[in-house]
Amino acid sequence: MADTATLGVSDATSAKEPDRPGRDGRRGRSRRRADQPWWFALPALAVFGLFFLLPNLLNFVYPFTDWSAFHSQIGFVGLSNFSTILNDGSMARDIRITLEYAVLVAVFQNGFGLGLALLLERDTRFNRFFRAVFFLPVLISALAVGYIFRALLAQDGALNSVLSSLAGHQVDTPWLGSTTWTLVVVTLIHGWKWMGLAMLIYLAGLKSMPGDVLEAARIDGAGSWRTFWSIRFPLLAPAVTFNVTTALIGSMNTFDIVQATTAGGPGSETEVFNIYMFRVFGQGLYAQASAMSLVLFLIVVVLAVPVIVGLRRRENNQ
Amino acid sequence: MTAIPALSPVRRRPLRWIQPFAVLVIAAVTIGIPLWLVAVTSVKPQAEAVKPNLALPHHVQAGANYQQTFDEGKIVQGFFNSLLVVAPSVVLVLLLGAAAAWVFARRKGRLVNAMYALSISGLLLPPAVITIVMELRQLGLAGTRPGMIGVYAGMYLSTSIFFMTGFIRALPEELEEAARMDGAGPTRIFWRIILPLLRPVIATATIMVMLFAWSDIFYSFFVLGGGAKATLPLNLYQVANAQLYLNNWHLIFAYVVMMSLPMILVFVLAQRRIVSGITSGAVK
Repeated sequence: MADTATLGVSDATSAKEPDRPGRDGRRGRSRRRADQPWWFALPALAVFGLFFLLPNLLNFVYPFTDWSAFHSQIGFVGLSNFSTILNDGSMARDIRITLEYAVLVAVFQNGFGLGLALLLERDTRFNRFFRAVFFLPVLISALAVGYIFRALLAQDGALNSVLSSLAGHQVDTPWLGSTTWTLVVVTLIHGWKWMGLAMLIYLAGLKSMPGDVLEAARIDGAGSWRTFWSIRFPLLAPAVTFNVTTALIGSMNTFDIVQATTAGGPGSETEVFNIYMFRVFGQGLYAQASAMSLVLFLIVVVLAVPVIVGLRRRENNQ
Repeated sequence: MTAIPALSPVRRRPLRWIQPFAVLVIAAVTIGIPLWLVAVTSVKPQAEAVKPNLALPHHVQAGANYQQTFDEGKIVQGFFNSLLVVAPSVVLVLLLGAAAAWVFARRKGRLVNAMYALSISGLLLPPAVITIVMELRQLGLAGTRPGMIGVYAGMYLSTSIFFMTGFIRALPEELEEAARMDGAGPTRIFWRIILPLLRPVIATATIMVMLFAWSDIFYSFFVLGGGAKATLPLNLYQVANAQLYLNNWHLIFAYVVMMSLPMILVFVLAQRRIVSGITSGAVK
């Protein structure tokens, strides 16, 4: 809306423009077309169009073909790829698992990030050092993170051997082998990997908090718990929006951590969209993988857009 | 006013030791243990490492393990393969993104707004990885570095255009105007004024693209595959899956250490700029 406001202003001034020579130093209002030539945007639009938009458009075509590794001709087959993934249950399962994954990651990543930010809020040398320590997982590749936790959580892995010596008897919990709980474990790992980034963004949000408001709350006798929930948390809205959105979008496109820890198992109970595409593409069923890719596209459009609009609105209402 | 700051330390005093204690415990458990597991396993012989645990090695063979990952994992080759796709992608994303953002930030009109909305759609939409493969094959770019660079640039342009447009909109136009009156053309103004002013947000975008592209495996799988152009993460995947069942943890973790060091080094050297870059871009 700010755009229309400034547009109105510049329209008003340019209406008066004829009295003045074009270059008399009226700042920013005597804009000629050549000041920022439109072709400056062309290379970016070309690369983006060719390598991002065009594949997404093609993704509305190839799912309706029989494109595969098994024959060189490509012909249209209608909805048969969709009926395949619908009837073998993989579509419904992958939608459910990807959504569960995204929500759990959003919760864990933000919970850990906010907790760390509040814990390390004061700007001391000690806190600055540990902020860097908690940022380390962000720098390690997600595939490596997956292998680290696979080694920790394997049935004969490090965690069970620690628990065994603590408990005094053999512990062999299959952390990555439960059809119910493994998804939670994998999303905890995902949250662990990115909590440092969320922490930094919450720290920036906490730092930009207006001091006089907090001062006023303290004078009115609000305790730190009350101050947090009634004042600081609502003021963190932009940081929450950013973190929740990036967590949701990032986890819709997750692959590495799942591939390294469970590869979609046990019993396909951690098979998110990208794991499916990777597996089916590897089998040579390209069109079928493309069909699932289109489903992911539509799910993101249908779900992410309202989430972002809603978060933005809440942010504006504060 | 003066009395109030004096109050708070008094209220906090009984809890003063709790915060450092909590930080130390949480850091030790959540960061210390996983990193210790990596470090200690990477120097163990295979027989000790096959069941990964936190115990100290009975026999240290750091040299042999790291040597083997250098030879079999092709670390040096993987490093340069990664560098040769990530660095051009970053440069492309920054330069093209900045030029486009300048137009989107300064020019008004329905067409410009529509183009801006279109170019930031990649913030939300997932890349269509399967049809990217098809398109690259038709363009003759499948399995090539230019193809990979194009895909990465296409994926991250939206992010850089979004951050940079917001940043340029907040810049005063006086500098550009002054240069324009001194007779500077748009190309000169872009190089001499806009790009230098964009420094903080360039730092943000560089870090974001580096973080994702350096560790990406999913898209490089589809575009580059294994073979001679495999990046570091692809090599790690091959090392890990060299045997049917994961049993070469000592090599995997030696590889993880070698592969993570460049990123950690970059972070340690440019920590302050990275931290301020990430946070200034996110919360405006």
